[in-house]
Amino acid sequence: MSLAYKHEQVAAIIAAQQGRPGALLPILHDMQDALGFIPPDAVALIATALNLTRAEVHGVITFYHYFRSTSPAKHTIQICCAEACQSMGAEQLVKHAEKRLAGRKDGEYALQPVYCLGLCATSPAMMVNDKLHARVTPERFDRLLKKIGGGS
Amino acid sequence: MSVKIFVPGDSAALALGADAVAQAILAEAARRKVDVNLVRNGSRGMLWLETLVEVQTVKGRVAYGPVSEEDVVGLFEVNFHTGGKHALCLGLTEEIPYLKRQERLTFARVGITDPLSLEDYLAHDGYQGLRKALDMQSADIVQQVTDSGLRGRGGAAFPTGIKWRTVLNAAATQKYVVCNADEGDSGTFADRMLMEGDPYLLIEGMTIAGLAVGATQGYIYVRSEYPHSITVLNEAIAVARRADYLGANILKSGKSFELEVRKGAGSYVCGEETAMLESLEGKRGVVRTKPPLPAIAGVFGKPTVINNVISLASVPIILAKGAAFYKDYGMGRSRGTLPFQLAGNIKHGGLIEKAFGVTLRELLYDFGGGSASGRPIKAVQVGGPLGAYLPESQWDTPLDYEAYTNLWAVLGHGGIVVHDDKADLAKLARYAMKFCAIESCGKCTPCRIGATRGVEVMDKIIANQDRTAQIELLRDLCDTMLNGSLCAMGGMTPYPVLSALNHFPRDFGIGDFGIVKKDAASGGHHA
Ligand SMILES: Cc1cc2nc3c(=O)[nH]c(=O)nc-3n(C[C@H](O)[C@H](O)[C@H](O)COP(=O)(O)O)c2cc1C
Ligand code: SF4
Ligand code: FES
Repeated sequence: MSLAYKHEQVAAIIAAQQGRPGALLPILHDMQDALGFIPPDAVALIATALNLTRAEVHGVITFYHYFRSTSPAKHTIQICCAEACQSMGAEQLVKHAEKRLAGRKDGEYALQPVYCLGLCATSPAMMVNDKLHARVTPERFDRLLKKIGGGS
Repeated sequence: MSVKIFVPGDSAALALGADAVAQAILAEAARRKVDVNLVRNGSRGMLWLETLVEVQTVKGRVAYGPVSEEDVVGLFEVNFHTGGKHALCLGLTEEIPYLKRQERLTFARVGITDPLSLEDYLAHDGYQGLRKALDMQSADIVQQVTDSGLRGRGGAAFPTGIKWRTVLNAAATQKYVVCNADEGDSGTFADRMLMEGDPYLLIEGMTIAGLAVGATQGYIYVRSEYPHSITVLNEAIAVARRADYLGANILKSGKSFELEVRKGAGSYVCGEETAMLESLEGKRGVVRTKPPLPAIAGVFGKPTVINNVISLASVPIILAKGAAFYKDYGMGRSRGTLPFQLAGNIKHGGLIEKAFGVTLRELLYDFGGGSASGRPIKAVQVGGPLGAYLPESQWDTPLDYEAYTNLWAVLGHGGIVVHDDKADLAKLARYAMKFCAIESCGKCTPCRIGATRGVEVMDKIIANQDRTAQIELLRDLCDTMLNGSLCAMGGMTPYPVLSALNHFPRDFGIGDFGIVKKDAASGGHHA
């Protein structure tokens, strides 16, 4: 993606939301939805548009776990590590996932903890690229991995 | 004639393959030339049975579950679409004891209707509360809610009517209603089930709140982990607006209310009301000092009602059936019902709406059927990650706000997380500190520094380094957090930590006659 194109897209996203009260989070969401992350060079543009300092915009981006400043891995696997999922073996599931994903190409998989997906009665739970999965056993994990193209 | 078949579109059902089941049903029905009207309902809340498929018969809805994609052909073989017998058949849905024994007021429609069908909503008593409210004075609406005894379901249990009165009495050109749909507490999913299963109910509750306090704009702040809820809400808002249930002239009353969904960004502390207001304004989710109360100076500096999803969704029935009807449920100063969420290591996990006063033991065994692993239940955390761990000796106390306060525990948002005897409460106490360290907004020292120190101290206790002194230190640290924190994040993290220590000392490597004080109340007095 060329830088010029990105700037245009970034400017369009900002313009679409700029007038709303409390526009910063909606802008950041739209940007991450469109580009996969918030490009560091967008910070200045956002700051100017919203009459904020770059430090303020940067501060908001880094405060929230959800926003990222670098492009995401091809597949993001988020395993819930909160209490209900712990009680049903989330820790073992994380270990299993780490083992399966060890030695994969950089940028292919990102394994991240999340704290509750609202699936606590059907634990352990995880989200793979925005798709939810419940009652995830190691076997089920392997099947899912195979399906998204990472079967060993 | 077409057969009506229900396959939930709730996130929990989707996470267990409901879409594949729905597709398989449509494909097989087409192959057999059976005319099927497929409805994607909300979940009935019997989550161990998901995907729960229901068929409309002359006798009522017949349930089958848990159904997987592979079961579908077999179900058609026995003519399940006319209520045929099958190993997965559970009989009439309404007769399943788990459902039958509940008192569903707020969740009355969830799982029954098509969540996005406004006609369905109206046919099932929807918008009767708003119709009443439109004919009432603001102060009378507030009075009804006050008289119902409704207290906030988000955690702090503050009387909803009193909060509304403050906003009503605040003079301002613009006021707001904010719905707290951050549902960050682990072990909870009632907000999610309600938003996905009966979105118009929340919209109706917020509209009534707007009329009650004189607010014309509402925001629903939904956590980013709930993308499906956001989609459902946005669609429902659009439908409601087209039908004049939202907008500049609600049902030609001349009154207006607008609603907008805002998406969170993965921060637990943004569930705290003032951090949420900051976040809505586009800032870091840092907790504000009070006063001023949000009711006086809330979002964008204007008077703001901020309530949990379940609090707001409980309002329509109060208006429709009257304060006395609602108040009739419950005990003591805990009036009405609470949707309990039974989660973790439990055989029959799900949503159980009951009047206050039911005991944990009833929920764990009569509803839950014991642990999922089949092992003895050891500890139960009630009220989310900031709630206490309860040992068996406390499971017969009625679930009531005051009774729980006396146990040095909280009901919070009604989350109940079950752990079997393999759980290590020292590890869970360490986790509570770690969670606080990760999610702290950083505004005050007891929480920001205390939680990080707490993790270090727990590591030493677990590794048996100078254990006696470290446990003393842990108590000191908890005392500082309890008494010195600005909000309940730091202020209540000691609940899980100290309850674990006090009730399960052996997990911390000390015997029952160790240095541990057995009196839970010695842990502190943060209310
Ligand atoms: C750290 C923290 C997290 C909270 N998270 C939530 C939440 O996710 N949902 C919620 O409704 N209330 C949450 N609360 C409680 C809110 O601050 C507030 O009491 C509530 O939104 C008021 O609504 P209610 O009176 O209807 O319960 C949280 C409080 C704290 C201190
Ligand atoms: S207790 Fe923690 S979360 Fe609450 S204001 Fe202090 S630092 Fe922020
Ligand atoms: S605790 Fe894992 S989904 Fe809620």
